[in-house]
Amino acid sequence: MECHLPEITHNSHMKIYIGGLMVITLTLFFNFPIHSQEVVIMDNEPAYFEDNKHCFQCHGQRFYTYENEFTGRIERKAMNPNLIYDADEFYSGVHRHFSCTDCHSPDYEIYPHDTELRFEEMFSCLDCHGGDPTWKRYNFELIDDEFHKSIHSPDHIEAFNCWSCHDPHSYRLKTRSNFSTREIVTYHNNTCKTCHDNPDRFQLISEELKPSLEQIHDFLPNFNLHFNAVRCIECHTEPEETMWVAHNILPKEMAVRNCVECHSTNSRLMSSLYKYQSLENRRERGFFNAIILNDAYVIGANRNHFLNVASLVILGLVLLAMIGHIILRIIK
Amino acid sequence: MAEEKIYLYPVWLRIWHGINALLIIFLIATGISMQYANPEYPFIRFDLAVSIHNICGVLLAINYVIFLPSNLATSNRRYYVDGLKNIGPRMMRMMRYYLTEQPKKKPSPFPVTKENKFNPLQAMTYSIVMVIFLPLVITTGLALLFPETIAKEVFGYSGLFLTALLHSAIGFLISIFLIVHIYVCTTGKKITDNFKGIITGYHTNH
Repeated sequence: MECHLPEITHNSHMKIYIGGLMVITLTLFFNFPIHSQEVVIMDNEPAYFEDNKHCFQCHGQRFYTYENEFTGRIERKAMNPNLIYDADEFYSGVHRHFSCTDCHSPDYEIYPHDTELRFEEMFSCLDCHGGDPTWKRYNFELIDDEFHKSIHSPDHIEAFNCWSCHDPHSYRLKTRSNFSTREIVTYHNNTCKTCHDNPDRFQLISEELKPSLEQIHDFLPNFNLHFNAVRCIECHTEPEETMWVAHNILPKEMAVRNCVECHSTNSRLMSSLYKYQSLENRRERGFFNAIILNDAYVIGANRNHFLNVASLVILGLVLLAMIGHIILRIIK
Repeated sequence: MAEEKIYLYPVWLRIWHGINALLIIFLIATGISMQYANPEYPFIRFDLAVSIHNICGVLLAINYVIFLPSNLATSNRRYYVDGLKNIGPRMMRMMRYYLTEQPKKKPSPFPVTKENKFNPLQAMTYSIVMVIFLPLVITTGLALLFPETIAKEVFGYSGLFLTALLHSAIGFLISIFLIVHIYVCTTGKKITDNFKGIITGYHTNH
């Protein structure tokens, strides 16, 4: 079967360039540092809001209606759940200024859709973002390299690609935005749970029947506490210096099981989940890894320098008093 | 002077005290190991320390719940209540004794009798430990065992963080108490006298 990428790619590139240029111009004009601005403008009217309504009319609903040309009747059908996309989610995502047909064939504008369209090849992230300086700081090439090293790489799982984890219809920049750590954790872990906590999805790529996440992680003293406070990738990836979100998912045998890798002052959480914040504020109010304290308390990682000193002083004074008393007892 | 043996520690109290002592030693050791966890110098393996700490913490809570009604139902409570009467001047007197008279082996101004088991300093510290420290360390410990029960934010600070901070601070104070308690027990006629007393039940007055 011959598949082709629609020529519309160039249009989307053009829009991205124009959007990027606008942001850079505004940034320079207002003398804001470039890294504080996002390339995608999030608070304006989506560029193709009206055009996309046509698609969301059916694909944004659980049920859709159409006129059957043969019978002349209005038919009401259930939409395939895998093809339902929430318009609000789409317009909150990074691809909000796209027209549906930027990525999908323009032939989709005709209904009923041609059945062969379902075999169209999807873009990968690099098709749009690769080799483009606008996206340099997002490290797409590095992400791709890391992905190909990971257990998720197509070498291990043929059908696996970026979209297996990141839905382009709702993808948001969580780590670099003003979301709380809890929100980031939930968002990222839900990405993993989509397959790893869903036997139906999991068996799309594996014949293995897997036990529940809680059973797999029964060595953790409090599974829910850990799962709500840290991301799966904290233990299941090798942290990468220049990336916000590590993509080299390790084989399960190589996952971190040594508690003190997080529960110590040299906590690996500071080079993963709290990497961004830790660059801004390494030490605050004498607490080691103080930034974690906004969201959690990690035993061993959140000691306080001043309390440590105070407790040593108190202990020292007590011991000195005891030694003094012993001396008095000896010399009478 | 002839030795006088007074039966001060009934069986239930000795069992309770022994269990308490063992649990607190385990809790302090595992607590320090977790708080100062270091991958290069592991004291007790972290997951093992967490399990031991959790089990001992729950047992300590049960032991405390047993102690309360036992103390109220027996005459043991009067040692705490009576020991705290006119506590200020009596405590000062006892401190003076520890600092200047005890090293010279002078008799205590508050000798141990069937009616007065604790001297004023003991009555005060044991009361603080039993009525303030232990309930606080147990409550915060149980809350940390079920962190979903802890308020998310208290006065702008993470409730979990404040609970953990209070738990470790009280744990530290209990450790200091334990060190002083053990040392003071060595100040009998012989170093081992008081330790023998809590095992046999008999206190020896010389």
